[in-house]
Amino acid sequence: MTDLLKAVEAEVNPNIPELRPGDTVSVHVRIKEGDRERIQEFKGVVIRKRNSGNNANFTVRRTASNGIGVERTFLMRSPRIDKVVVERHSHVRRAQLYFMRERTGKSARLKQKFD
Amino acid sequence: MLKGLIGKKVGMTQLFDDAGAALPVTLIEAGPCYVTQVRNPEKNGYSAVQLGFGEVNPKRLTGGQLGHLKVTELPPLRFLREFRTKDELNVGDKLTVELFAVGERVDVIGTSKGKGFQGAMKRHGFKGGPITHGQSDRQRAPGSRGAGTTPGRVYKGARGPGHMGRERVTSQGLKIVLVDTERNLIGVNGAVPGPKGGLVMIKEARKQ
Repeated sequence: MTDLLKAVEAEVNPNIPELRPGDTVSVHVRIKEGDRERIQEFKGVVIRKRNSGNNANFTVRRTASNGIGVERTFLMRSPRIDKVVVERHSHVRRAQLYFMRERTGKSARLKQKFD
Repeated sequence: MLKGLIGKKVGMTQLFDDAGAALPVTLIEAGPCYVTQVRNPEKNGYSAVQLGFGEVNPKRLTGGQLGHLKVTELPPLRFLREFRTKDELNVGDKLTVELFAVGERVDVIGTSKGKGFQGAMKRHGFKGGPITHGQSDRQRAPGSRGAGTTPGRVYKGARGPGHMGRERVTSQGLKIVLVDTERNLIGVNGAVPGPKGGLVMIKEARKQ
């Protein structure tokens, strides 16, 4: 039964590297405007990852102008994602960084992790 | 040609369309079905065909069921369902998912999940009672079901608490997004009544 579900799954998007919560990433999204296609960048921190095979997704949070937080959830296998660039890893102690929602400015910084 | 199949609900997943949008998709393992009986106006007063689905060990069927299928040497089939059609079909004809193409619309008939004995709020969408103003134990109560001294009783068929679910439900006008002839799979956009593994009937949409 589950094998039949697996058989029709979407292909893994090869342009998405392994992501971890706390990573600062730049997501390049394909956007169709009429017959023209362009690429939009969405840069922010990965605050959550949901691993569920075909339906896996991750949420990126960024602070827009005037300190307004914007969160966007992407499907891991979406063909609309052109590529994801990991710009830095951060030291975090949680899997879901929901505490970032209450933080702005200096307190919203994460300590960089080198590896 | 009759557009109808019997199948089994596999489960739901997400698939991407050409534009890259994610669609909620229900997978149905449908067919192969065999025509097991033809009903005609002369003999039965209406025209229809009986389809069979699901090959099983012959020991699973009763002698009567086997005898019914034996006439045309069909494999032992577990489920038999009738489809109304005026199309000419013969006993023994095989129907597969190739009947359907991506983009067509279908109705899917199934038996909804049983919910047991449920209150009027869940079953019929009643609003329940007031939460404040000194009320106690009234929050999910159905309220009055009838009129006053005239007629002095509750009319039959008035909505109230009772058994919910496990009834025949039709999901109309679902769009086909996937047809896999190799695995006998059909994928429709949207939800389909019943649990995973439940028996469903797929028909051409009545409202096109």
